[in-house]
Amino acid sequence: MKTVRRLVYATGVVALCAWVLVPIYFITLGAFGGRAGVFKWPKGVLPGETFSFAAMDTFLRIEGVAHAAFNSVIAASICMALSIALGAPAGYALARYSFPGQNLYRLLILLTRAFPLAILALPLTVIFIRVGLYDTPVGVALIHTALALPFAALISSSLFMGIPRELEEAAWVFGCSRVQAFRKIVLPLALPGIAATAIFAFVISWNEVFAASILTVRERTLTAYLLTVLSESPLHFRFAGGFLLIVPSIAFIFAVRKYLFAMWGIANR
Amino acid sequence: MAQILIDKVRKDFGAVRALDEVTLDIADGEFVALLGPSGCGKTTLLRIVAGLETQTAGRIVIGGRDLTEVPTRARGLAMVFQNYAVFPHMTVFENIAFGLRMQKADPTRIDAQVRKAAGLLHIEDYLDRHPGNLSGGQRQRVAVARALAVEPPVLLMDEPLSNLDALLRLEMRAELKTVLEQAGTTTIYVTHDQTEAMGLADRIAVMHGGRIVQIDTPTEVYRHPRTKFVGGFVGSPPMNFLPVEVTGGEARLGGLPVPAPVTSGALLAGVRPEDFAIVAPDQGLAAEVLVVEPLGSHTLVTVRCDGATVRVVTPEIIDWPAGRRIGLKPDAGRVVWMDPQSEQAVGP
Amino acid sequence: MSGRSRFLPYLLLAPSVLFLAALFVVPLVETIAISFSDNGAPTLDHYRRMAGDLNFWPAVKNTFLLVVTVVPLQVAIALGMASMLQKLPRGRDLVLWIWTIPLGVSDLAAGLVWLALLQERGYLNSALAALGLIDGPTQWLTYETPGTLFVGILLAEVWRATAIVFIILVAGLQLIPKEYREAAEIFGASPWTTFRRITLPLLKPSLQTALILRTVLAFEVFAVVYAIAGRNFPVLVGEAYVWQRDNQAYGVAAAYAVLIVVISLAATVVYLRVLRSRTEERS
Repeated sequence: MKTVRRLVYATGVVALCAWVLVPIYFITLGAFGGRAGVFKWPKGVLPGETFSFAAMDTFLRIEGVAHAAFNSVIAASICMALSIALGAPAGYALARYSFPGQNLYRLLILLTRAFPLAILALPLTVIFIRVGLYDTPVGVALIHTALALPFAALISSSLFMGIPRELEEAAWVFGCSRVQAFRKIVLPLALPGIAATAIFAFVISWNEVFAASILTVRERTLTAYLLTVLSESPLHFRFAGGFLLIVPSIAFIFAVRKYLFAMWGIANR
Repeated sequence: MAQILIDKVRKDFGAVRALDEVTLDIADGEFVALLGPSGCGKTTLLRIVAGLETQTAGRIVIGGRDLTEVPTRARGLAMVFQNYAVFPHMTVFENIAFGLRMQKADPTRIDAQVRKAAGLLHIEDYLDRHPGNLSGGQRQRVAVARALAVEPPVLLMDEPLSNLDALLRLEMRAELKTVLEQAGTTTIYVTHDQTEAMGLADRIAVMHGGRIVQIDTPTEVYRHPRTKFVGGFVGSPPMNFLPVEVTGGEARLGGLPVPAPVTSGALLAGVRPEDFAIVAPDQGLAAEVLVVEPLGSHTLVTVRCDGATVRVVTPEIIDWPAGRRIGLKPDAGRVVWMDPQSEQAVGP
Repeated sequence: MSGRSRFLPYLLLAPSVLFLAALFVVPLVETIAISFSDNGAPTLDHYRRMAGDLNFWPAVKNTFLLVVTVVPLQVAIALGMASMLQKLPRGRDLVLWIWTIPLGVSDLAAGLVWLALLQERGYLNSALAALGLIDGPTQWLTYETPGTLFVGILLAEVWRATAIVFIILVAGLQLIPKEYREAAEIFGASPWTTFRRITLPLLKPSLQTALILRTVLAFEVFAVVYAIAGRNFPVLVGEAYVWQRDNQAYGVAAAYAVLIVVISLAATVVYLRVLRSRTEERS
């Protein structure tokens, strides 16, 4: 009886792992299969003779793909930098001080979660055209920062809360100014967590489709590019594009896996 | 080196008064313990001396210098925190050297001072380690060494032993006393543990409800508590208080006439548990045994006496069942008198 | 700790507040303004055009249908995964990583992944043919097969976005001391009773967070649908996209945006109400 239960249980775990991994495996085959791979019937589970890097290489040489990927990296990097630059100080203030208005700020942050933020890119088209941010990676990065900033603030607040206040006070007692204490004590201890937060912001931007598509025409990000050429591109190009989107994300999630719970555990409050 | 004057310090947290006109004068080289239950304001007072909190009113003067407007970093103090606050990303050496580095001391002096402080606390062998690989007791030593390394004029300690287990606490207490006596540093030591305060301090300031209710030597605080609270808080088990009626300048405690400081009226007679002699039921205060707890070196007997619970400590080993009737005879010379209304000591 | 430090927290918060004001509050107000005005004059025309459009009611229906199927499914699966993970004796980290991978996958990519599986000559059909269930390439994702098209989108959404619910629930489970469950067990509760009477009520705050987050995001469903179905399966955000990009009708797009905001807020309020009132009953 007990062994049967354990077997069922183990099967469940393995099946759920397969449920996540198998689709990714198949889009990889699709991405490297080229046109022949797409039309091959019936398909095998193993890569087979259609599998080649040439298909991927062709895709990467299509005009606009590399540029779009480059734009995505730019936008995501700016989003990452801005989210940390704006979010970390706010997180520090939330973690270290109690002051009137604190709850109001938390409310603002939580409120952003109840709004479909990306949709709010729609009216930005007009404003961005006026100030020259329309159709630029910077403009896209700005709206993506609005998405990532609330998370950055909450996550970094929990990071700073995890660093005992007494450490900072000890530094002050032994002669540090506030800035020195922050630089010598708080920053080194918070750095790994902040890096994880930054990576998270990067992924949010890298993956976002709607706002990026609305706010760009020529200077598209990778998601925006893929979305707009979707209907006219052959299947194997679509799969190659999907694969290209997935790869960095998986690596990023691997890099921040230790912090995922710190991030979402605190997002409860 | 440094004399500390805490001058009419008041602290309000919103509508709550945490400290109420606290005044305390500490001589150079003196060790003063701030003793009180949690919430009495002792830690707040220490943090105000350190500049980590700002007082609502009053002054902190150290070595003749008014520090009210001086930020923490410029006060030239050292402090040992309750959770040690040893920097986890620095080696033990760097931790101990931290204060000296901030003073921009020259490297040879830093090295010498660190080794000296580490030697005093027997942690020379751990200088290259990170605090993560140290036990609680070792971290505690690092925190003390870090404070001593700067040879501070004033040392502040906030319940430094409260996170250690009982045996280690005992060991560190003795060691701290030796080390601090050698260093001769003026020290304020916050604790809620009366044995720590008694064992370490030159003087104890007992705090209650944001005020210092008594400041005296340990023996004096123990022998002559100035309020009922002090009698109950200092000493374990606490002092017993028996309501008595005084007539003609005498109170009767179990048939025994005891001279009282007033001529007539109601008083509370405070008697330490060890100041009772156990006698035959008809020769003292009649009492009925509730519980007998043999504690090895002595026996704690809880009795019911005139409707009140009284604790008695006796060096004898006894084995009585509950319900046994005994008599209690207080040591008349050791009785302290309290006014039942004001709960303040009455008389000499 | 002088007077200066009283302003320090505000100084630290100010940049993020200003930023969110500029990129959250301003667009929100602007969206509402655009949706109700035509060249400066107040109007309801955009809403009339939106509601009168052929795709409007299908989009509303499809979006709601997706939300009410996807979200409960995800919560159920995530709860199952979270409790399985807790019992895992070995390899926790590896399983955890695998199960959270979809968290990093873009919705567009997720749509493309499932397109690769479900297309006419895809892997699903190959498997079905090998089992003798179908004779040759079969279309599942077209206008003529709305049932399987819906299931395809559902699968892709469940595949992609269950991870976030899972993470939130695992984080919540970690906050519940295991002594509670052990105590229930000692008093004779079965695993199922323990789960229902101890774990689930204590998990309520996490469930609330997960539900709000997922529901708001589910109403925003767009790229997954677009990748799998193109325009054969209209959804609200997709329509907003088409009106904005293809028709250049910003007013109608804004009207859609306002509708989505209103629906999202309503859902949030409902969750806050329903889940909080029960908490108060208990205490």
